[in-house]
Amino acid sequence: MPDVDRIAEPWGSRTPYAAGGQWPPRVDTFLAEGVSTDDVDRWVQSASLLHSNGDAMDIAVKDGRIVGVRGREVDRVNRGRLGPKDLFGWQANHSPDRLTRPLVRQDGMLVETDWDTAMAQVAGRAKELLEERGPSSVGFYTTGQLFLEEYYTLGVIAHGGIGTNHVDGNTRLCTATAGAALKESFGCDGQPGSYADLDHADVIALFGHNMAETQSVLWSRVLDRLAGPQPPAIVCVDPRRTAVAAAAAVHLAPRPGTNVMLMNALLREMIQHDWVDHDYVDAHAVGFDELVKMVEPCTLERAAEVCDVPVADLRQAARLLGTAERLTSTVLQGFYQSHQATAAAVQVNNVHIVRGMLGKPGCGVLQMNGQPTAENTREAGADGDLAGFRNWSNDAHVQELAKVWNIEPSDIPHYSAPTPLMQMMRYVEDGSIRFLYVTGTNPAVSLPELCRIRSLLSQERLFLVVQDLFLTETAQLADVVLPAATWGEKTGTFTNADRTVHLSDKAVDPPGEARPDLDILIDFAHRLDLRDKDGAPLVKWRTPEEAFEAWKECSRGRPCDYTGLTYDRLRGGSGIQWPCNDEHPDGTERLYADGRFWAAPDYCEDYGRDMVTGAPVEPTEYKALNPEGRAIIRAAEYLPPHEEPSEDYPFQLITGRTLFHFHTRTKTARAPQLQAAAPEVWVEASVADAARHGWEEGDMLRVTTPRGEVTGRLRVSGIREGVLFLPFHYGYWDTDGGSAPDGPGRAANELTLTDWDPASKQPIFKTAAAAAERLVGSDGGTAPAPTNTASAPAGADVPPTRGGPGATVHEKLHHSGTGGES
Amino acid sequence: MTWVSALRGVKGNKVGMAIEELHRVENDLVIALLNLADQQKVDHEIFHVARDIAGWSRQHVSELARVGQAYGLDLDADADDEPSLLGRVKQKGSELTGRFHEPGLPLLADLRHVHRTAAGASLDWEILAQTAQALKDTDLLDVAQRCHPETLRQMRWANAKLKETSAQVMVTG
Repeated sequence: MPDVDRIAEPWGSRTPYAAGGQWPPRVDTFLAEGVSTDDVDRWVQSASLLHSNGDAMDIAVKDGRIVGVRGREVDRVNRGRLGPKDLFGWQANHSPDRLTRPLVRQDGMLVETDWDTAMAQVAGRAKELLEERGPSSVGFYTTGQLFLEEYYTLGVIAHGGIGTNHVDGNTRLCTATAGAALKESFGCDGQPGSYADLDHADVIALFGHNMAETQSVLWSRVLDRLAGPQPPAIVCVDPRRTAVAAAAAVHLAPRPGTNVMLMNALLREMIQHDWVDHDYVDAHAVGFDELVKMVEPCTLERAAEVCDVPVADLRQAARLLGTAERLTSTVLQGFYQSHQATAAAVQVNNVHIVRGMLGKPGCGVLQMNGQPTAENTREAGADGDLAGFRNWSNDAHVQELAKVWNIEPSDIPHYSAPTPLMQMMRYVEDGSIRFLYVTGTNPAVSLPELCRIRSLLSQERLFLVVQDLFLTETAQLADVVLPAATWGEKTGTFTNADRTVHLSDKAVDPPGEARPDLDILIDFAHRLDLRDKDGAPLVKWRTPEEAFEAWKECSRGRPCDYTGLTYDRLRGGSGIQWPCNDEHPDGTERLYADGRFWAAPDYCEDYGRDMVTGAPVEPTEYKALNPEGRAIIRAAEYLPPHEEPSEDYPFQLITGRTLFHFHTRTKTARAPQLQAAAPEVWVEASVADAARHGWEEGDMLRVTTPRGEVTGRLRVSGIREGVLFLPFHYGYWDTDGGSAPDGPGRAANELTLTDWDPASKQPIFKTAAAAAERLVGSDGGTAPAPTNTASAPAGADVPPTRGGPGATVHEKLHHSGTGGES
Repeated sequence: MTWVSALRGVKGNKVGMAIEELHRVENDLVIALLNLADQQKVDHEIFHVARDIAGWSRQHVSELARVGQAYGLDLDADADDEPSLLGRVKQKGSELTGRFHEPGLPLLADLRHVHRTAAGASLDWEILAQTAQALKDTDLLDVAQRCHPETLRQMRWANAKLKETSAQVMVTG
């Protein structure tokens, strides 16, 4: 029963197990100083909020306050484990910075007011604009951190009530390509694989996925496999030397922006060796011949040159992918936020289709998410898609949805694809969107080219509503700020990256007058007097459970079928994977068993898009291509990145995350252990580049692009040559600038360019040309970067990252049932 | 296959004219797409995609110059892009007017122009492909079969963009 410093050891103690075995439990508990388990009044069921893994936990409550968390041993996702952000992040709920009253702008200043005044202003401005300029002057930008019930309600209000096509979530920045890639390959969103595939795989390939930091508990599962008998071989594609890369049999560190070339070369090599399941492809897929043709010029030698990766490494990676008996692949931001995002992610699907490795234990694709409830944003339609994975270009689907909502089909905007976030920002810029309602996200730090974003959000003609926990950089620019309740203060459900649905119960009251997002949205709907075609209120529910029941009806018969779930079923036991219905009463571990897909033209969610131009595939074209609803092998040509290094900007800049922070640090910076582990922005460069320029660990560097500049101390790390890395978490709310830099910038997005993948509409954060120069020497100081993550120092003597006594976590190990043959 | 070479000799003139015409249209398409990109620099997706797919037409121009040689043509393998200075002036203009909604209408007109030019090119590719089959000119047929799908993708893109933006431009502006 060890006590472990979980800042120093983010993945905790090992519990090794063998291939095909059950992952042994390990129950992690962290309680506030001076509180013991005996002091806890009650434990309230929930799951993690600060990443997408869905670690099930119980919230400890004492005297009406949250005092800690404990992992849920019974849950399939984490078997009791928690990651550092789960263990320490809850403390942010108690921050004195929480918003407790609504704010409205008066004479240029935000001043406190009551709910009625604030909501009357919000609804009043929305009504005015609807009458003057129509529904397309109204937009909604939400998050991946609210609950399913809230997204569904938002979707009903926007699509069914107001009739605007301008709805999106910040999932556009992190998980849009996952959805788009699944739609391209399988005609429908929905994670094919399961976390349990990691228990069976003999090869695990991580494409641009730093699992060790983004889903740290899932990485513990991989580490436990690696420590047990018959460990899997790891293939890692990442320009940084991550913990994943360090554990890999082969680590490919391609030049940013060349993922499609890399994947095409790997696929070509597999085809050359005939590592192809022809029976599977013949029976269950279309498009194989086009793939063969497309990858033909992409030899390993050509890829080696374009991607700057050794041929031998490419050959070894292709052999591992081609000869694995049970291949599990995962994909994340290294592909999703890079050039040709969808095209690259789709090639990973193609590896699995070509090898017939789908829907069987150990044979899964995990197109990952970044946020806890990103999956719900997608399925409930808060990312602009129609609720229940319905196809906006299929009239029958629109009619079905109109029936569920009891409105006319013409009330639902479906004359063109939903407007993605970056296009919405363009409409804000040109003045055609004049009302923007932002819930739980911080575009003034997280969007590319911040100078532009700040300027367009500050326009006089824009009415900006921000609903959040804190006065974020974005909230400071708002006309009305609405204080929201968060995780632990409200009830709802959410679904992780492997379709596991968890219930999160209310543990304590929100601070001051803060209200659950669901209540605020319903109030908004009633003030707009949104009604169905019989004159009844459009939003017919008041409580989370009523909203869940309404959503279940909407999901009926669709791939994300929730009809077999209830709040009661989700209480007490493990989370359950959708679809869960009469046919699959206990949920569904893996999709696409036996090569059956949801891709039939009349059932599929999407007909796909041209991956270079983004033009939607027309229904007739799709029907001709895929009449039987098979998996679709979509080939893609490599295109060079849009901004390549030049004499003036010789580096390639990539931005990313660190294990200890989430998004724009609104919560993690208010959890002392997490903040101390990564207190300030830093810049990473390679050993070779540092040597060439005479830079040393801790030097203050200025990084510039044509869009702006950021200064930070240098960490000489294991990143590939020619590439600079900046963490994107750091903004200005905890600086004198408030919402913008007051002096040198520290938000990585000062530098990024406005460009996005035409198919998934996900902005590109990992392909920009940049320059760097030293401002002052280190003077013995070191970069404020963690040492036990991808930002580990390459050589210099740097004090190791430690959490100290305040980060001690109790880990209860079980010696029985270690599983497998071990 | 002597009749084929004889036929090519007799009809070569017409085929040459068709190749020359398509070479001109593909050149126009490069200019139309780059012009669209420059005018609409603040519409980032249009800017980047238009430049990416102008690359296809540039490639088509060079392929047509190559196959044209067999028909006695001496066509320029490089597309005659607009001078980049003018392009930059347009980009600057786009950035200066980006806050006003009115530029939406020129966007629709520019997309319409791209679509019509690409549609013309598509028909010309059709003519060349049919001709190549009749003349058993496998090289020409191969070029048509590789290039024509990209022309269709350019057309579909212009159509899709128009569909996506017209309501916002016409109703909400």
